[in-house]
Amino acid sequence: MLSLRNLHARVGDREILKGLSLEVPAGEVHAIMGPNGAGKSTLSYVLTGRPGYEVTDGEAKLDGVDLLGLEADERAAQGLFLSFQYPLEIPGVPALTFVRTALNAQRKVRGEPEVSAPDFLKRARACAADLKMDFDMLKRPLNVGFSGGEKKRMEIFQMALLAPRFMILDETDSGLDIDALRIVSEGVNALRAPDRAMLVITHYQRLLDHIRPDRVHVLADGRIVASGGPELALELEREGYDKYARAA
Amino acid sequence: MAAVKDTVEQVAGLEKYEHGFVTEIEQEFAPKGLDRDTVAFISRKKEEPDWMLAWRLEAFERWSAMESPDWARVSFPPIDYQDATYYAAPKAKDGPASLDEVDPELLKTYEKLGIPLREQEVLAGVTGAPRYAVDAVFDSVSVVTTFKKELAEAGVIFCSMSEAVREHPELVRKYLGSVVPVTDNFFACLNSAVFSDGSFVYVPPGVRCPMELSTYFRINAAGSGQFERTLIIADKGAYVSYLEGCTAPMRDENQLHAAVVELVALEDAEIKYSTVQNWYPGDPETGKGGIYNFVTKRADCRGDRSRVSWTQVETGSAITWKYPSCVLRGRESVGEFYSIAITNGRQQADTGTKMIHLGAGSRSTIISKGISAGKSQNSYRGLVQIMPNADHARNFTQCDSLLIGKACAAHTVPYIEARNGACTFEHEATTTRLSEDQLFYARQRGLSEEEAVQLLVNGFVRDVLQELPMEFAVEAQKLVAISLEGSVG
Repeated sequence: MLSLRNLHARVGDREILKGLSLEVPAGEVHAIMGPNGAGKSTLSYVLTGRPGYEVTDGEAKLDGVDLLGLEADERAAQGLFLSFQYPLEIPGVPALTFVRTALNAQRKVRGEPEVSAPDFLKRARACAADLKMDFDMLKRPLNVGFSGGEKKRMEIFQMALLAPRFMILDETDSGLDIDALRIVSEGVNALRAPDRAMLVITHYQRLLDHIRPDRVHVLADGRIVASGGPELALELEREGYDKYARAA
Repeated sequence: MAAVKDTVEQVAGLEKYEHGFVTEIEQEFAPKGLDRDTVAFISRKKEEPDWMLAWRLEAFERWSAMESPDWARVSFPPIDYQDATYYAAPKAKDGPASLDEVDPELLKTYEKLGIPLREQEVLAGVTGAPRYAVDAVFDSVSVVTTFKKELAEAGVIFCSMSEAVREHPELVRKYLGSVVPVTDNFFACLNSAVFSDGSFVYVPPGVRCPMELSTYFRINAAGSGQFERTLIIADKGAYVSYLEGCTAPMRDENQLHAAVVELVALEDAEIKYSTVQNWYPGDPETGKGGIYNFVTKRADCRGDRSRVSWTQVETGSAITWKYPSCVLRGRESVGEFYSIAITNGRQQADTGTKMIHLGAGSRSTIISKGISAGKSQNSYRGLVQIMPNADHARNFTQCDSLLIGKACAAHTVPYIEARNGACTFEHEATTTRLSEDQLFYARQRGLSEEEAVQLLVNGFVRDVLQELPMEFAVEAQKLVAISLEGSVG
C-alpha cells in the first residue's frame, strides 16, 4: 500500500530524512518510534505535502500513485490522512462545517456526489457517540478553546468521517488521559480494515497496548535503523533508544 | 507570445468581476461639466419645485469654495470635476407607469444582476427570488420601485427621491440635510448640489415595515458619476430593514460615486441598514479604472431608545472612503456598526465609523473585519466620542485585520474621546496574517488552496455575516470568496 524508497528530505538547509525506506502493506498497522529529532514528524509532513518540506531524492507511493507529485489536498483526496500532533484552531468555522466542507471537497475530486446535510449529520452523530464527544462541541469553532485531549479526539472524529485509506497518527497519545486514550484507541481500531493501513508515530509503548501494531520500526537520524514485531516496542520501552542513536 | 498571455490573463480577469457588462441603451445626458446651469438642468429634468433648486444652488456655491479632503490614507490624481457628466438617464417618454413600459434592455440588466423587479413573478414564486421590495436606480434615475402598493397599505412610503421631492415635500424639507448638513464635507456638499436620484423611505409611527426594502444602484454610462441621495425616516416605534447593493461596468477610467445617506430614527424606532458594495474595483494588476466610492452615511438616533445598525460588506471600488456613523442623541439610544472590508489587487479602502454619544446611557458597538490581499491598502478609521451629557455611555470596539500575502497593508486608526468621566470603553484589536499552518491543516483535509482561504476568511468574518439579513448573508459569503480569488499562491 504505502511504499517509501530512499526518501531524502530537508527543511531549509537541514537534511532530516536521509534515505528512509519503508513498506506498509494494506491491512497492517505499523508503528514508528524513535528519539526526539529523529525525523518522525518530518516524515508525516513530507508524506502529506506540507510546504517547506523539500524532498531531494527517493520516492513515496500510495498504491502505486506518486504522492510527491501531488498537492496536499490531492493527496488527501487519494485517501491520505494525518492526525496532527498539534491540531490547529480555526476561528469562526464550526467543526461540523469544516469536516463537511472537507469531505465534499474530497468527494468532488474523486467524482463522487456530495453528502447531503441530513446524511452527514447522521454520520456525525454516530461518530461523536462512539468517541463519547458532546455533540454541541461540534457546533463550536474547530478546536478553539478545546483542551489538548479534546483536540486529539476531534482529529479522530474527522478521521472517522473522512474514512481515509491511509492514516498517519502523529503522537495521538500526547495530552490524553487513560480513559481518553482508551476511547480514542477504540475509535482508531474501528477504522482498521483489510484495505486500509496506518502509520502510528509515538514515543511510548502505552499507545501500542491499545492499538496493536503489526510491525514496529525505529527511526533514528533520518533512517529506519531497526524493524521488528510488537516485541520491539517493549524492548525499546525497557532499554531506550541509546543503542540506535549511537548506531545512527 | 506575450500578447497572447496578456489576452488570456485579461479574459481571466474579466471573469472575476461578473457584473462588468455594459447595457446598450439610449441615454440622455447633461452637458459635460459643472456649473449653475448643470445644477439647474438636473433640477429641471426632475421637475423639482423652486425650493429644491434653491437648496441645490446654495450647495453648489458652498462647494465651489471647498477643497477636496486629503487626510484619508488613499491616493489618487486630482479629479477634474469639469470633465464629468452629472446626469445620465435612460431615454423614456414619461416615467414608466408599469414594468411593461420599462425598456426591456433595462429589465434584462437587472435580470442579469439577479435583482427581482417583477412583483408578479416574485409573488407567484416563479423566480424563487426572496420577497423584498426593490428600488432600482440606473445611473441618475430610479427605474422602478416594486411592491409600492402593498407597502402603501401599511402606510410605508418607499419611492425614489425625485418622486418624494414632488409628492412628499413636507417630509423631504423637514429631514433632508438634517443629518448630513449641506456643507458637512466636500463630497457631501457636491452631492447636495447635483444629487440625481436615490431612495426615500418613511415608516409611520408604530409600523413595522412588512418586508425588507432594498435599493439596487447601477452605474452604466461612461464618464458619468453617480450621486444618489437616500433618506430614511423611522417615526416613533417604527422598524425598517433596508439593503443597498451596487455594481458597475468595467471601464478604464475612474468613475466617481459620491452618495449621501441620511437615517433618522425617532423614539423607540429601529433602522437596520445593510450594504453589499461591489462596485468595479479596477484592474487588479495595473490599478486602472474602478469606482471612487466617496460616500457620506450618517444616522441620527434622534429619539430616546432609538436604534440604528449599519452592516456593510465592502468588496469593490478602486478607492473606498466612507464612515457610516451614528449620532446617539436620544437617551439610551443604540448604534451598531458591523463591517467587512476586503481589498485585493490595487484597491485602497479607508473606512470605519463614528459614534457620537450625546444621550445619557447611549451604547455603541463596533465590529470591523478588514481583509487585505494583493497589493492593497486597507485602513480602519474610527472615532468614538462621548460628550459631557452622555452619562454612563458605553462603547465596545473590536477591530480585526487579516493579511493575505506579503505585499498588502492594514492600518488601524481608532480615535477615542471621553468628555464625561462616567463612561466605559472597551477596545480590542488584532492583526493576523493568514497562517500557513492553518492553510496546510485545511488542505490536508482535502480543501484546495482557494477553498481553504475561503473557509478561513469566512470564519474570520462570521460575526459580521451573522448580522446581515439571511438571503444576503449567503450572497455576501459568495462575494467574499470571489473577491479573494487568486489572492494566494
